[in-house]
Amino acid sequence: MLRVIVRRLLQLAVTLIALSALIFVWLRNLPGGPVEALLGERATPERRALLIKALGYDQPILVQYAKFMQRVVTGDFGNSIRTGDPVSEVIGRAFPATIELAVVAMIIAIGLGVPLGYLAARHHGRLLDNLSIAGTLLGISIPIFFLGYLLKDVFTQNIHWFPPSGRISTGLDNTNVTGFFVLDGLLTREFDATADALWHLILPAFTLATIPLAVIVRITRASVLDVLNEDYVRTAEAKGLRHRVIRGRHILRNALLPVVTTIGLQTGALLSGAVLTEKVYNWGGLGTLITDSISGGRDYPVLQALILLAALVFVVVNLLVDLSYAFIDPRVRVR
Amino acid sequence: MSDPMTRPGVTSPRDGSGLPASDLSAGDRPGVEEKPEGVTRDLGRLGDRKKARLDELARATADKGGVSLVRDAFRRLRRNPVAIVGASIVGIFILVAIFAPLLAPHDPAQRFDELTKNLTVDNIPGASSEFPLGSDPLGRDFLSRLIYGSRQTLFVGVVATLIGLGLGVLIGALAGAFGGWVDNILMRFTDVMLALPALLLAISLVAMASRSSQWTVIFAVAVVNVPIFARLLRGSMLAQRESDHVLAARALGVKGRSIVLRHMLPNAMTAVIVQATLTLSTAILEAASLSFLGLGDPDINRAEWGLMLGVDGQRYFEVRPELAYYPAIAIIVVALGFTLLGEAMREALDPKNRR
Repeated sequence: MLRVIVRRLLQLAVTLIALSALIFVWLRNLPGGPVEALLGERATPERRALLIKALGYDQPILVQYAKFMQRVVTGDFGNSIRTGDPVSEVIGRAFPATIELAVVAMIIAIGLGVPLGYLAARHHGRLLDNLSIAGTLLGISIPIFFLGYLLKDVFTQNIHWFPPSGRISTGLDNTNVTGFFVLDGLLTREFDATADALWHLILPAFTLATIPLAVIVRITRASVLDVLNEDYVRTAEAKGLRHRVIRGRHILRNALLPVVTTIGLQTGALLSGAVLTEKVYNWGGLGTLITDSISGGRDYPVLQALILLAALVFVVVNLLVDLSYAFIDPRVRVR
Repeated sequence: MSDPMTRPGVTSPRDGSGLPASDLSAGDRPGVEEKPEGVTRDLGRLGDRKKARLDELARATADKGGVSLVRDAFRRLRRNPVAIVGASIVGIFILVAIFAPLLAPHDPAQRFDELTKNLTVDNIPGASSEFPLGSDPLGRDFLSRLIYGSRQTLFVGVVATLIGLGLGVLIGALAGAFGGWVDNILMRFTDVMLALPALLLAISLVAMASRSSQWTVIFAVAVVNVPIFARLLRGSMLAQRESDHVLAARALGVKGRSIVLRHMLPNAMTAVIVQATLTLSTAILEAASLSFLGLGDPDINRAEWGLMLGVDGQRYFEVRPELAYYPAIAIIVVALGFTLLGEAMREALDPKNRR
C-alpha cells in the first residue's frame, strides 16, 4: 500500500512539474511578451529595459525557470496586474467561496445521485428508471449557465424564494473567521449568518450539481444493475438475509467502486462548472476571478496561479479517491 | 477492452449472433453445433479429425465475414428506438444546416428598419407576421439567424471534434503501436492535459491567444478532447498487441507499419468513433460556455447558437428571454441527439450485447 502511495505521489509531482513548465513557457510566449502584458500602453524603451532587468528576463532561460519554480513552490506568484495586490492574497480571498459552493454541490450530487441511481436500477425498465434516464440525459445536454439563468429567473423573479446573487445578504453583520460563511456562523454562534449563507447557497449549488448529479445517477444505476445479477446477491437472498443487509453489504458496497472513481473525476466538472455558475450568481469565488482576470485585460500572474491551483486540487482529489479504494475494496489492500 | 473481432476462436458461439432467435442456428448450420459428436466420431483417424477442425475453422471465419461486428451493430442500431430518435435529430439538424438559405425567410445579417425603429434598451420587438420570432438586439430577423446558426454550430462542433480526433488518434496510435518509452512519454503528456479540468484548459488556451476568434474557440475545444481520444485509442491498441490476429499477421511476415495501420488501427477505431459522436455534443456545449464567458467569437455578424445564447441571451435575459430560450433549446436538442446516437452506438458495438 505504501509503495502505491509513494509511486502515485511521484507521478503527481511529475505531472505538476510538467504543467508548471508548460505554464512557464506559456508566460514567456505571451502575445507581445510578458513585459508588454505588464506595461500595456505605458511602454517606453526605458521602462521596458528596466522591467526586463527587474523581472530577470535578461538572465539565461534555465536560471529564470529555476527562479520561477522557486517562487511557485513558496506560493509567491507576484502581484495581480489588475489590482496590484499579491496574487496569493487575491486567491486566498476567493478560495473559500468556491470550496463552499463546490462542497455543497457535491453533497447534493452524491446525496441525491446515489439513492436515485440505486432506485432506478431496482426499478429497471419501469417508469422511475426511464424518468431518471431522461433526466440525466437532459442534465448533461443543458448548458449549465442557461440552467442557472432559468432557475434564477423562476425562483428569484417570479417567486421570491431565493436571493438572486451573492453569498450573503448585504447589511448582515457576520464575523469573518475562515472565509467559509456557513462555517463562520457556526463558529461564532451567529446562526442567522449560517442560515443566510445556506439560503444563498441553494440555487448556485443546485445549478453546479446538475452535471455531477446526472453522471453519478447513471454510473450508480449501471453499476448496481451489474451487481444485481451476481450470484452472491442471489445467494444472499436465498439465505433469507434481510433486504437491508443485502442492500447495504452486498449490493451497494460492491457497486460503489466505480461510483467513487466517478466522484473523483467529477471534481473537474465542478471546477469547470464553478466558473460558469459563479458568473451567473455573481458569487465572487475563483470562477469569478478567472473570468475577471481574462476579460479585464489579461491578468497573467493571477491566471497562472489559478491554473496551477485547479490542477493541484483536481489531481490531489483523484489521488485521494484512488487511495480510498483500499477502504472500500479489500482486494486492493492485498495487492 | 477485448474485442471479439480480434479473437477468431472456433469455440466461441458466434453462429446465430444477431439473429433474433439464436436457437434456430442449430438447424441452419449443423456443422458448428455438432462439434462434440464430430470429434468423438473421428477419434482415432487423426487426418480426418484435423480436416474436420480446419473445415470448422473455415466455416467459423466465413461466418464471421457474414455478420461482422460493425454490420451486426448497425442492424441492432436500426431496431433501437433510442438510436432512431438520435439519428433523426442529427439528420434534421444537418438538413437544416444544408438548406438554411431556403428555409430562412430573411437574410440573417440584414438589419430591418421596421425592427430597428422599435429597438430600445429595454424593448426588443417580439413576434410579428413578417418576423415570426421577432428581432435580435441589432434589429435582425431572429428566426433566420437561428436557422443559419445551425450551420456555424455544426461547423464548430464538427471541426473541433475532427481536429481533436486527428491529434488524439495520432498520439494514441503512436503510443499504442510503439509501447515502451514512447508510450510512457506520450501518456505523461496526456496526463498533464488531463490534470486540468476541461473548461479551464479551454479557457487557458483561449487566454493564450492575443485576440479570440472563431478559430481560437475551435482550437481550444479540440485540444481539450485530444487526451481523451489518445487514451482511448492507446488502450485498445495495446490490448491488441497481444492478440491472436496481430500475432498471426506478424508470423506471416506482415510489415510492422502494415500491422499497425491495417490490422490494429481499424479494429481500435470503433470506440474512438463512438467517443467522437459524444464529443460533438460536448464540443457544442463547450463552445457555448466559452462564448458565455466572453471568450467566444467576437464577430457580431456570425450567427452561431452558442454565441447567440452566451452573448445576447445573457445580456438581454431580463428584456427578452426568448433570445436565450430558442438557441438554448436548439443546443439542448442537438446535444441530446448526438448523445443518444453515441450511446446507442456504444451499446450496439459492445460485444457483451452480441447475443
